[in-house]
Amino acid sequence: MTSSRYINPFLILLSVIAIFVACLLGTTPMAWGRVFTALIGQGNVTDSLVIWQIRLPRALAAFLVGAALGASGAALQGLLRNPLAEPGVLGVSATASLTASFVLYYGLIGAQTWLLPIAAIAGALIATTIIALAAIRTKSVVTLILVGVGLSSFAGAVMSLLLNLSPNPFSLFDMINWTLGSVANRSFEDIALAGPFLLLGFIILFLCRRGLSALTLGEEAASGLGVNLRNQRIYVVLGAGLATGAAVSLAGAIGFVGIVAPHIVRPFVRHDPARSLIPSALLAGVFLVVADIGVRLVPTQSELKLGVVAALFGAPAFIWIAMKRQGGGVGPS
Amino acid sequence: MRLKAVNITVLAPGATLVENASLVLEAGELVALLGPNGAGKTSLLRASLGLSKPAKGHVILGGDLVQALTPMQRARRISYLPQIRPLAWPNTVHDVVALGRYSHGASLGRLKTEDAEAVDAAINACDIQELSQRKTDTLSGGELARVHCARAFAAQAPLLIADEPVAALDPRHQFRVMDLLKNYVRNGQGALVVLHDIALAAKYADRFIWMKDGQIQAQGSPEETLTEERLAQIYGIKSRVDGSKVVVEGAL
Repeated sequence: MTSSRYINPFLILLSVIAIFVACLLGTTPMAWGRVFTALIGQGNVTDSLVIWQIRLPRALAAFLVGAALGASGAALQGLLRNPLAEPGVLGVSATASLTASFVLYYGLIGAQTWLLPIAAIAGALIATTIIALAAIRTKSVVTLILVGVGLSSFAGAVMSLLLNLSPNPFSLFDMINWTLGSVANRSFEDIALAGPFLLLGFIILFLCRRGLSALTLGEEAASGLGVNLRNQRIYVVLGAGLATGAAVSLAGAIGFVGIVAPHIVRPFVRHDPARSLIPSALLAGVFLVVADIGVRLVPTQSELKLGVVAALFGAPAFIWIAMKRQGGGVGPS
Repeated sequence: MRLKAVNITVLAPGATLVENASLVLEAGELVALLGPNGAGKTSLLRASLGLSKPAKGHVILGGDLVQALTPMQRARRISYLPQIRPLAWPNTVHDVVALGRYSHGASLGRLKTEDAEAVDAAINACDIQELSQRKTDTLSGGELARVHCARAFAAQAPLLIADEPVAALDPRHQFRVMDLLKNYVRNGQGALVVLHDIALAAKYADRFIWMKDGQIQAQGSPEETLTEERLAQIYGIKSRVDGSKVVVEGAL
């Protein structure tokens, strides 16, 4: 099939276009020529400021967050052999934003900015580990999703408690932003802070891609093929935890992106979990950049939150995939 | 290449699954492992493959302790077709067979010449050329069984362990899969196969290993070990045995 060869170049092109368009549009519309000259460092001071300080970092943040969630989703789906697995659905994002909120709540963020990504990643790793442990104990997909729902609910409850007890309206506002998910006002410093963790997560996930393919045959056959199951689980959990945690530290909890992108990508890569990693990341990145353009353009009194918009499209898609799955009978349910 | 499992004991909480069992699998022979459900066959196989660590005993595979080999090294020496064979995604047949090359470092979609040739050879051996671009969720049980065999063959390991490869197949497809295994052995490779059909085992196997209650009860050629008494003892069935002909008359 030729489509699997062209999907990555096509999606890279789409990503570049989406990010460029994101720089084009905004409260003060800018012609594409001005955007271009500003991007290559030849524009006037105001244009350069708008592009380099506001629009480009915001678009890049949206793209990276999407890419992290897309890759994590694709990898978790491969590991658990389940098209419904995703950082948001499995409660990983919620747990990560909870631990991030703890840092915000205690105002620690003022002291050490790097505490935020560390806290988010720690939360994400805790949640992915619980999911992976549950996956060893149960073969049932439904049980796993329910564990995720439980994690999400618990994180939500503790979150509400924090909001409830919030000492001042500023941290309250910060925390609400975190649960809703947004990339507004992100700077290159924010990206630089989350970037290394994100990259490390990507690398780890990419390195264990062959094992994800082998797991198509089930765990027993995969270990017969030569997959070290224990390491495979640890690395996928670690990679997805790092990437998701970094994404949450950048944008808060954004759900469902990691489920929709791999679902669309899979038929083009012959349903191979390994080959779905990169295109899923790219497509999810494009998806969030486009959604964020929508967030900025829709004229509402207070700006829409990216996570809300993503969920508005993603949640129905999740339901649709879940219902279609019943008839398919594919996978260990 | 030779697999030698020595005095294997496998324990589970509150139960002894395998007790002091030894077996040998050599290249060039097709061995049938026979025994009722719950006899400990799969537990013995998993321990022999190094997939589980036995409570007692050791396994030597091609001169090395199996536990000392990396999973990839082990997989290049012995191929494994487990009893339960789920397929999580609707991959193409060709890609599923190509997964058999995992231990040789193959990545789907970019097979090296050597891997591509092994995959083609396995596809030809199992007569599934016309299925190779089909998605696995469109195949019948008989077709899937051949696809899984091809996957196991593609590794081109000297030895193969297949756990009930013909379960739930109609008689014709049972023969077809057994023919595939027989050809595999004729090429100088060795296969250990769990079977429940005694007549089928008698037709194809060079050697029988009889197992019950976690213990190996007897080993040897079909002529020596296939007797009415044996079937009564192992399975609790009444039968008539005439050479390699077996007629099962009912439960005892």
